[in-house]
Amino acid sequence: MFSGMTELRHKYLRHHKKFPHVWCPGCGNGIVLGAFIRAIERLELEKDEIVFAAGIGCSGRMPTYVDFNTLHTTHGRALTFATGIKLAKPSLHVIAVMGDGDAVAIGGNHFIHAARRNLDLTAIIINNQIYGMTGGQASPTTPYGAHSTTSAFSNIEHAFSIAELAVAAGASFVARGTVYHAAQLDKLIEKGISKNGFSVVEVMSNCHVQFGRRNKMSDPVTMLNWLKEHAVSKDNGSSLPPDSLDDKFTIGILADVDKPDYIEEYKKIRQKAKRD
Amino acid sequence: MPMSKRKTTNNSSPDLVNPPDRYWETKQNLEKERKKLFIQKIFADWCKACGICIAFCPANVFEKNDLGMPHIKNPDACNGCRFCEFHCPDFAISIQERYPDRRIKKNGA
Repeated sequence: MFSGMTELRHKYLRHHKKFPHVWCPGCGNGIVLGAFIRAIERLELEKDEIVFAAGIGCSGRMPTYVDFNTLHTTHGRALTFATGIKLAKPSLHVIAVMGDGDAVAIGGNHFIHAARRNLDLTAIIINNQIYGMTGGQASPTTPYGAHSTTSAFSNIEHAFSIAELAVAAGASFVARGTVYHAAQLDKLIEKGISKNGFSVVEVMSNCHVQFGRRNKMSDPVTMLNWLKEHAVSKDNGSSLPPDSLDDKFTIGILADVDKPDYIEEYKKIRQKAKRD
Repeated sequence: MPMSKRKTTNNSSPDLVNPPDRYWETKQNLEKERKKLFIQKIFADWCKACGICIAFCPANVFEKNDLGMPHIKNPDACNGCRFCEFHCPDFAISIQERYPDRRIKKNGA
């Protein structure tokens, strides 16, 4: 009866009671949600075997709109709740969606230790480079020299890169995409969900209302063009002169390592303990 | 039966009885070019007029109306890249092929 996005919308979204959503016009969260449901459609997963957890922030509204098992948790603790669910019932696909402030500012320790533990979770981190919901304060990922409410005369701190942090912390799959490259993004999310082990998909998103308005990019089209110009594919990045890569970020799969995940190791330990 | 009747009347009296139909003419031309046609559906209740679809469409299918929402100006130009469908944050656009079974019928016959 329906096809295209209409079909997905009827299949996976709580379209009859929660829409139109609360995000600002042109917000990247909607694009990420679209990419996520396309990835789920392509993986052909049952709705009941997916758990979708979120923390606080604009991205925390995301589980409200999808028709899976959903969980809206405390600030920065989406991964801890997801860890509990995955350990209680390992057959479920547990996906946590977080913002940049949620994942690496208040939940920074939870994030790096979840990556180190290598439990089979998928973390989608939407990086809009600012605290959008609370009024545009500078977050750990606000770039050097950008303006925000708490850095009105430009930011003197340097941003940190979430994907490289996850690689260093030992996640088995790390990828970065942008909302401009939405067709690539759903492939990255699909790979992240099907990967056995902790997988991180960092999504560079646009917040033209809080970040863009203070940095001369006050509409979504300008912000998406900014993302297009500043994203460098991982395969092509080495051919460019290094000076031109200073303010740019790489997109694509940054790490893809095969190693036993937490549940496999835990089963081995149980066997060992039973034998002795 | 009605289909065959119409065909015969069209063939026997091409120009004089019925004036040439613009719709069928354009359709036949497009079929000659083997161009795929797409239908654009905009769900106006969910649209927030962000302007992403209008700005990024490579074929300039949409134009802005008074409310800033997309108005379909040139539906035949759509090449089905689905950029607007993927990038609509409000799930308000759906792109579908217009005659999906056309080519299958041709090959069968």
